[in-house]
Amino acid sequence: MTLAETARAVRAGERSAREIVDEHLALIADRDGALHAFNHVMTDDARAAADEVDRRVAAGDDPGSLAGVGVALKDNMCTRGVPTTCSSRILEHWHPPYDATILSRLAAAGAVMVGKTNLDEFAMGSSTENSAFGPTCNPHDPTRVPGGSSGGSAAAVAAGFVPAAFGSDTGGSIRQPAALCGVVGVKPTYGRVSRYGLVAFASSLDQIGPFAASVEDAALLFEVVAGHDPLDSTSVPEPAPSVVDGLGDGVEGLRVGLTKEFVEGADADVVARVEEAARALEKAGAIVSEASVPAAVYGLSAYYLIAPAEASSNLARYDGVRYGLRVDGDDITDMYTATRAAGFGAEVKRRIMLGTYALSAGYYDAYYGQAQRVRTLIIRDFEAAYADHDLLLGATSPTTAFEIGAKTENPLTMYLSDVFTIPSNLAGHPAISVPYGTGDDGLPVGVQVLAPALAEPLMFRAAAALERSLS
Amino acid sequence: MARLARLDLTEDELERFTGQLGAVLEHAADIAALDIADVPPTAHPLPLVNVLRDDAPVASLDREEVLAQAPAAEDGRFKVPRILGEAP
Repeated sequence: MTLAETARAVRAGERSAREIVDEHLALIADRDGALHAFNHVMTDDARAAADEVDRRVAAGDDPGSLAGVGVALKDNMCTRGVPTTCSSRILEHWHPPYDATILSRLAAAGAVMVGKTNLDEFAMGSSTENSAFGPTCNPHDPTRVPGGSSGGSAAAVAAGFVPAAFGSDTGGSIRQPAALCGVVGVKPTYGRVSRYGLVAFASSLDQIGPFAASVEDAALLFEVVAGHDPLDSTSVPEPAPSVVDGLGDGVEGLRVGLTKEFVEGADADVVARVEEAARALEKAGAIVSEASVPAAVYGLSAYYLIAPAEASSNLARYDGVRYGLRVDGDDITDMYTATRAAGFGAEVKRRIMLGTYALSAGYYDAYYGQAQRVRTLIIRDFEAAYADHDLLLGATSPTTAFEIGAKTENPLTMYLSDVFTIPSNLAGHPAISVPYGTGDDGLPVGVQVLAPALAEPLMFRAAAALERSLS
Repeated sequence: MARLARLDLTEDELERFTGQLGAVLEHAADIAALDIADVPPTAHPLPLVNVLRDDAPVASLDREEVLAQAPAAEDGRFKVPRILGEAP
């Protein structure tokens, strides 16, 4: 059943939102002990919200286009009075005093918040192993990671706990777990979805987006949450585009670039799925040719200077003063350092150190400044590629889901998981990961469709065509 | 660097991070070597500057709710340990 069908049945009074949410809660209670997709299940709040949807239907009101749809939110999105931990000890007991805009918009459309999902601490990671509360397992194989950092949201949808979830994508944190868990994951254009109430990691890169089982469901979720928000000064001052209506329009005549830099270095079985996807689009009428974004090869290095630099600044706020953990000290500096030492995990400390170094006097220009210039090169190379192509195509992740523990000792090998997803964040462009078959190990492979800024309608259209080619 | 970042790291962490971060910086040498001094830096992907709201009062967060989340509060304010040294 699609989200639209669920909402239609609830709006028509054929199904009750309460019955639907109770099904989600029962599944989670039964199976999430083994997977750990959720940090916090909002049992009472979810039932109350569902009852409210049913009451409105009974009263003749229309609860909205997501009536009765159960949604999971990554645990770095503020939920008033409900724990928002970022999977960190430093925020373990924090209850935000306000709601994120994403939550207000979903609730206004009749969606029911079911719980908060696990992530790599402060969204720093590619496997959800950096959570202070333990890793999430991949529903396709519990010995494997679900990807990250939004691994809990991807796993919650892949396991069928909820039909919809949201994550945040700073360097691939929606698309890579979507690929590894075999679901659809969308990173919209930078600024397209309000980040008010999203705990900041790297502010010039962070973007919220949906996970769903199908392109159509993801498109509907995107429509509900996208559009200008006066509470987010980096929000694009334009209304949300319509994307659902065009999903059936096909790719006839669209110029699609199979991009060298987004397949090179991927495992052979992953490359084979991307090539099949390219042929499928060609068969559907697209004009497929080779494309190149040469500076994308520098994306990883630029990202791992820019993102930690911004994080070192953003995470300065966790100082034991206004909220979160405090470890007492003799004076205020002792209190700061003791609090942060006890509250942050290893990866967060590493990135704060790296970012502090990249921004420090004497190294600023060589590292941070140089990374920002590389960012310009990548944007220019994307522009050149989009002069000849409407969309670009590549792999989402170089591999299928890897084993839990395989990359934790060597951060650099972990960082390489994001090599195909990072360039879109640096450029601020939208991209979507669509499940496209499996690898030699039987695990899901994701294919990535990349589009120029604000071109989500075209991106969703091509993604829907890809999805149809599988059926 | 740890002192600048207000992080109290153990000897073991310092040793481990030094090697791990060295590897990341070594990887970053590929961009350090690029001759691109004439390329303007990009700090932000949107061409937005000075986004301001109307200068009109709006409701702020509830003070009690905010202070209830603080590790220590007193008389409607956040409470912190000693900031200055003892008076001579």
